[in-house]
Formats: sequence, C-alpha cells, structure tokens
Amino acid sequence: MTAEPTTEKKPVEKETFLNVFLRNLWSSNSVTVTALSIFLAVVIGAVLIVVSDSAVLAKFSYFTARPGDALEASWALISAAYSDLLKGALGDPEAFSAWFSGTGRWQDALAPISETLTYAAPLVFTGLSVSLAFRGGLFNIGAQGQAVLGCIAAGLAGFTFGLPIVLNLVVALVAGVLGGVLWGFLPGLLKARTGAHEVITTIMLNYTAGLFLAWLVIQNGVQAPGRTDAISKAVASSAQLPSFGGVLRVHLGIVLAVIVTAGVAWLLNRSAFGFELRAVGANPHAAQTAGISVARTYTVLMAVAGGLAGLGGATQVLGTAYALTPSVAGNIGFDGLLVALLGRNRPWGTLMAALLFGALRAGGNRMQSYSGISLELVNVLQALIVIFIAAPALVKAIFRLRAARSAGFGVSPAKG
Amino acid sequence: MRPVRGKRIVAILAAGGLTLAAAACGNAPEETPSANGSASAAAAYKACMVTDTGGIDDKSFNAAAWAGLQAAKTEASNVDPKYVSSSSEADYEPGLRSFVTQKCNFILAVGGLMGGATEKVAKESTGSQFGIVDSASTGSNVYPMQFATHQAAFLAGYLAAGYSKSGKVGTYGGMKIGPVTIFMDGFADGVAYFNQKKGKTVQVLGWDKAKQNGTFADSFIDQNKGKTITQTLVSQGADVILPVAGGTGLGTAQVAKDSAGKVSVIWVDQDGCKSAAQYCDVFLSTVVKNVEEAVKEAVVKGAKGETLSPTPGYVGTLENNGVSLAPFNQFDSKVDATLKTELDQLKKDIIAGTVKVESASAPK
Repeated sequence: MTAEPTTEKKPVEKETFLNVFLRNLWSSNSVTVTALSIFLAVVIGAVLIVVSDSAVLAKFSYFTARPGDALEASWALISAAYSDLLKGALGDPEAFSAWFSGTGRWQDALAPISETLTYAAPLVFTGLSVSLAFRGGLFNIGAQGQAVLGCIAAGLAGFTFGLPIVLNLVVALVAGVLGGVLWGFLPGLLKARTGAHEVITTIMLNYTAGLFLAWLVIQNGVQAPGRTDAISKAVASSAQLPSFGGVLRVHLGIVLAVIVTAGVAWLLNRSAFGFELRAVGANPHAAQTAGISVARTYTVLMAVAGGLAGLGGATQVLGTAYALTPSVAGNIGFDGLLVALLGRNRPWGTLMAALLFGALRAGGNRMQSYSGISLELVNVLQALIVIFIAAPALVKAIFRLRAARSAGFGVSPAKG
Repeated sequence: MRPVRGKRIVAILAAGGLTLAAAACGNAPEETPSANGSASAAAAYKACMVTDTGGIDDKSFNAAAWAGLQAAKTEASNVDPKYVSSSSEADYEPGLRSFVTQKCNFILAVGGLMGGATEKVAKESTGSQFGIVDSASTGSNVYPMQFATHQAAFLAGYLAAGYSKSGKVGTYGGMKIGPVTIFMDGFADGVAYFNQKKGKTVQVLGWDKAKQNGTFADSFIDQNKGKTITQTLVSQGADVILPVAGGTGLGTAQVAKDSAGKVSVIWVDQDGCKSAAQYCDVFLSTVVKNVEEAVKEAVVKGAKGETLSPTPGYVGTLENNGVSLAPFNQFDSKVDATLKTELDQLKKDIIAGTVKVESASAPK
C-alpha cells in the first residue's frame, strides 16, 4: 500500500478529481478487487445458506406458483445469518443500547470485538511469516510447524521457570520465538546448502512438529498432574499475556501484533536486509551477481519467518489456551497462508486480512450458535475470498473492471 | 470477443433458468394456520451442546451425546436441543458463553479437554446449569458424566480369552489418553483373570498394563493405519482384536472381514452392529459406553425440574448399565454356553465387588 498516493497526482488530461477517483474506483486496483472478491464470496455464501436449508429449499419447489414464499424465507434466513455474523464480529446493537441505558454491562457489548481481536492476533504473526518469506521468493508452508514449535517452547518456558512477573512473560515469548526460529532455520539452511526445496522440507517439518507435540504433552513432567488425557500443566499466571479476563478474552497479543507489523514493514522497506531479501526474491541470479549472498539471505529469512510464526504460536498458548494440547495451535499456520495471500504479502495488508479472518471466525461462532448455520460456511467464505483474490482476472471479467492505470495500483499477488 | 462472451453467459443463464423453472412448477401448498406448537413451547427446556474438535459426526462420544439430546426430546417434549461444533480449541469458550447469553437451561460440554473452559465459564455464570462428559466435576453448577469403562472391558477381555483359539488376543488405541487406555486396562485384566481361573496362558498383544505402554495409531480416523496395525497383530498370532480408536478401528474390521472368519473384532463405544452395521458379521461383541443414555437421563431430569447434583454426578458402571457388554449378535451361536454363564456370573461379581477391576484412568 506504499505507492498509493502517487498515482492520482498528475492526470494526463485535464480531469476533475472526482472523475479520476471514479475511474480508478472501478478499475482493477487491489482495493476494488479485494472488496468485490469479498462481495462475491458473500453472494455465493448466501446461495449455499439457502441450499443447505431443507425447509427453505422445499418452498422453491413451488416457486412459480407462489414465488413470494421462497423469496421471503430465503431473505429471512440469509439476513439472519449475515446479521449474526456481523453482530458476532463487531457487536450487537442491543448489547450496546443496554450498556448505554445502564441495563447491560459494557463487557458484553465489547465482547464481540474482543473475540475478533483474539482470533486475529496469532493470524497476524503467521501471516507476516508467510508474506515475508514470500517477498524473498520462498514459499513458507511451514508456518504451522513453526507455530507449533513456538507453542511448545513458550508453553514449556511458561510453566517451568517460575520467574517473577513481566520477566516470566518476556522469557516465554522469547522462547516461543526461538522455537519458531529453529524450525524455520532448518529448511532455510537446507535450501541454502543443498538446494532442498523449502516447500517439501517445511511440509515434512509440519508433521514432525505436530507429532512431537502430541508425544510431548503426555510425558511425565509435562502432562498436568491428575489428568490422564493429553493436556499439559497450565502456564503460570505471571507468564500469561495480560487480558481483561471474563468475557473479554482479548489480550496484549494484538498490541504486540501491531508493533511487530510495523517492525516487519520497516525491515522490509527500510533496512538493508529488507532490500537484500526483496532483491533475492525478484531475481536471485541478479542478486548474486550484484554481490548479495543468496544462501545467507535464504537462511536468515527463513529463520526470521520462523520466529514470527513461533511468536504466533506463543501468543496462542500464553494468550488464549494457557496449556498445551495436541491441537493447541489449531490451524493458525495454514490460515496464515491465506491471510498473507489476501494481504498481498504486504505487512499492513496482512494485518488487515488477519482482522477480517478474525472477524469471520468470531462472527461464525455466533452465526452457528444463533441461526444454526454450520461453522464450515466460514471456511467456505474464507476459501472463496482467497480464490477470487488469487484469480483477479475472474473478478475483472465478472464486473468488467478497467485495467489499472499504474503498476503501483495493480493487482500483483507476488510471484511464488 | 466481449459481446460473444456476454451472449454466451446469457445463454447459459437462460438455459439454467429454464431448467430451474421446470423444476419449480409444483403447486403451492394450502395456507394452513399454524395452531399447534405454541402451547408446548410455554416452558421450553433449552439443551445446548458444544462439541469438541471431533465434530458432531465423529461416530463416538460427540455423536452419542447429540443422540442423547434428541432421545431426551422424545421423552420430554419440552426439550429443545441445539449444538455448535468447535473447529479448534479456541472455540470452546465462545461456544459455551454464547449459550449462556442465549439462556440455555442445560449447557453440555463434551470431552475432558473442555474441562478448563467449562470450569471458567461455569464459575462466571453461576445461574446456568452445565454438564460435561468424560471429565470430573469442575464446579457446583457442573454435572459430570463419567464411565467406569474398565468394568465392561474386563468382561470383553474374559470373553476374548475364552473365545480365542490361538491363545493370543490383541488390542491397540487411537491415542495414549485416559479415555482410551481405560478400555485396554480392563481388557488386559480380564484376560489375566481368565488365565488365573482356568490355568491358561492367553497372551495380550498391544498393551502392557503394568508399564502402561502399547500400540497406538495416533489417529481416530485413519483406517489404513488400523489395517496395518491389525495385520501386524494378526501375523503375531492374535485372533480377537479390540481396537479402541474410533474410525481407525474400521480398518481392523476390514482385515477381519478379509480373513473369512479367522479373526474377530470386539468393537467399542456403541454396538458395532448398529454404528458400523456393514461389518456386523465380524463383531464378536462391543464394549458399550452409554454416553447417549447418560446424557438423555441428565437432560430429562433437568427438564422435569430435578436438580443435577455435581457430586458424585453420573458414573456409568455395569450396575447401572452405563457401561456394558453388547449382545453377541451374529456370534451368538458360536460363543459356547458355559462361557456365557461365566460372563454373567463375572458381571454379578464385579457389581458385587468380589472381583476388583482397577485402572489408573478410572473415574475417581
């Protein structure tokens, strides 16, 4: 999003600002394509909602005789579903009015936003991990494994050391980063030294990490005392990320996420290493000729990407789960891939995409609970959005968008 | 190019529309004023369930608990069941909380891993009644439902040892966790008891109770893994297998089917001839863990306004039929009568406490 303002500065012919704005609005720039992709996904999602409801579908069998029935029922269902999605992600107007009139608690009104941020926090880190590696020309499928290692290291540090407050949290977070660094460094080194393809090695390390976690949580000294199922001891409260508690699960992780996003943006666009990695990503041979060590860049880049994903895992354990279980990392690594793609591999874009995915997750919970729409619909929406983003030509064709005027504004899912 | 493509799209849409229109020519039903329904809804008892990450169709305790809620509805018509499934562990808390906000009368958590989240939410919402399957109680408003599965598995071990012709029986688990190993503990003890009684040396492959170690598939869905493990057990000589691994166990049933009668299987959780009917001819019996009945009873009790006491909650045993050995189904004629009477006697002895069955994973 760095080059945005430059395009609108000097129109070639004398045009009013409004005209330029409107024309650019309906051209295939990344903002428009993203918005339209989301719109298309929502429309297809609406069709799926109707198709999956047998009661409404039954009304369509006599559509020609009395179309009102089917349309009314479909509209009622779709609007209930999507309004629950919005209420679950942003807030329920009723809860807000209850808060303002004094009959409700402010916590209940803010709980949906808190949920959105809670789900978004780890995705920011894994998304940044993938997008940073992408910019250096590496496809980091291993964010999942790196996040799992981050979970393990942060969790172990969280209940082992028993350090004083603040210090304990810092140590646990650093441990999480180091765990991820290790799991990113290995494929980076293999790529640099032997040319082993990072896609293959990171996928394999994902399995290794997952199975290692499943084994680890049932070992003596790790498993929670008095429990026979697979759950570790709880992280000490001094090592947990500070949170409001109660209904508001949101924790310091989201603040950390914004800071780290700024850090990654700086690293990528302002630092010498960022320049090197972009050069290597654009053309490794040219970079080599220009005197940049490609091997060193790959190794360091994968280690940094791993560290970011590890931090994502650490926030999951220290912020929401508080104990290790075989599936504590959930799907944050693979969701990170989608988030990075949706964010067009730019740090701030990734942050926005993670917030959108967090909102879908949080809203999906309410949609499932209140209107009985399967949570899978959220997965479908996420997948559809990404498919449309990945196929901008399709969106362009459907809406007959003009070609973007400048490269800076264009749709450019990074090469991979 | 563009206009042609546009026309093509219009043509496709038109064709699709016509097909749809043809399918939509049915007659509208008569408008019937809905008079029924409003009366019974007066005191609806909302029973709401949060699944663990296995989802609602896991053919195991989530499915059984959901079946229990629906069975409760047929018994007490004011029960209004609904569920949400969790796609990750981070969904447990919001799932439970959203049912608190919806003022559910009974909120059911399924699985021991939800213990922490249930404890936390239950403490905050003292006005709501919670229930949890496979976990000890975590608060004054949480009704725990646990199962002494090792008692029924003990019977299965005795049956397997008595039925085996090769003198070797096998077992393996889906994952090394309490709710799984409790089956294997009981099974191994049942075999040992048979040996002690009859002076035989039937061996158990796949589980060492003293060391608490054995064979695990690390999956509850991978049928191929189940096949491989079973083939290994069979090649070592086992002819009765107890897979405690959910869907992975279907691989075992397939191996048994291919063996044309040499290998038989003891199924777990729900009677195999109902939950996996296609393999009914290889199921010697089933170690039944009656989650469905326990959940149904709890909800029906709640719907009638009775209190659900957190201690001791519900513990399924042979005595209250919370756990049991299912009928032999197609094996009924193959199991000899003395073995059947011995099993009946053994069941009475376990209930009376004259035969002690112990497991590290037993509910306390």
